[in-house]
Amino acid sequence: MNRSIREAFKDSLNIFPGYMVLGLGFGILLKAKGFGIIHCLLMSVFIYAGSMQYVGIDLLASGASLITAFFMSIMVNIRHLFYGIGMLKEYQNLKRHRIYNIFALTDETFSIACSKDTTGLDKNTYYFALSLFNQLYWITGSVLGNIAGNILPFDYTGIDFSMTALFIVIVVSQWENNSDHLIVVLSFIISIVCLIIFGSSDFLLPAMIMIIVMLGILKRIRGGKDA
Amino acid sequence: MHSYLLIGVMALTTIIIRFLPFILFKNRTPEFIIYLGKTLPYCAMAMLVVFCYRNMEFTNVTNWLPGLVSGLIVVLLYKWKHNTSIAIVAGTILYMLLVQNIFR
Repeated sequence: MNRSIREAFKDSLNIFPGYMVLGLGFGILLKAKGFGIIHCLLMSVFIYAGSMQYVGIDLLASGASLITAFFMSIMVNIRHLFYGIGMLKEYQNLKRHRIYNIFALTDETFSIACSKDTTGLDKNTYYFALSLFNQLYWITGSVLGNIAGNILPFDYTGIDFSMTALFIVIVVSQWENNSDHLIVVLSFIISIVCLIIFGSSDFLLPAMIMIIVMLGILKRIRGGKDA
Repeated sequence: MHSYLLIGVMALTTIIIRFLPFILFKNRTPEFIIYLGKTLPYCAMAMLVVFCYRNMEFTNVTNWLPGLVSGLIVVLLYKWKHNTSIAIVAGTILYMLLVQNIFR
């Protein structure tokens, strides 16, 4: 098997348990609100954004207006702008699968993709395989949950922490591989302060704006030289 | 029918957000955006970790302690072994044990 695909599969295994179980939970909840396999598939294939799909269950169940759905989607997913800007250079130059890779850039896929040393790999194949494996886990989990209900023979409460653990590992490895620790510390402080001030459902947008302002100020202070 | 329209709106909005940077900076990428492209991955991951912990309530010890302890273990394990899978699996099992048995 192609080395890039093998590498992508290996990396995607860190996402596998989280996506299977979060997907399962999504499928079960969707079913509980009276929506079956067609809604489930449409959402996991075309929305493919974990927290948005969970919010989406409530929107579907309450018959929310399209305008509400529009603004909720922006609020929940606005953080993806950062991922796009972060992968701009890498994805812009891809020859194959560029559209799909941009579409499938979730929190989890971004966290792997932005910290991966792709030296010696075929980037086109690696990023595509990584994105596809992850979405397949997500679709499989949500479909299983929707048609079969809770099929896990053990209590999996808390397994979603695997996503948090993945993000923590990536922050630590980025910390070790990059000398500019100040921006990471300041991003933490800004996010926490915004969380305290604006609350858990509204803090992302102000935090993102503040982070960009912080980066702009730092760039000016440092006289344009990149860290 | 309305439910399909809702899914359509959610999907389309999410897709637009994901594509927006690539559409806006298709031909010419301003210098500041190139700078953001280099620095934002680090900032975004820090923000994402805070996002994961956003529902912590410090008034209730069973609510915040398991997450913080397990998170700390993940950091230490990764620092020690430099193995992503070991850190994630061990940290998650610890968290599950804590929330299922001790901090219920």
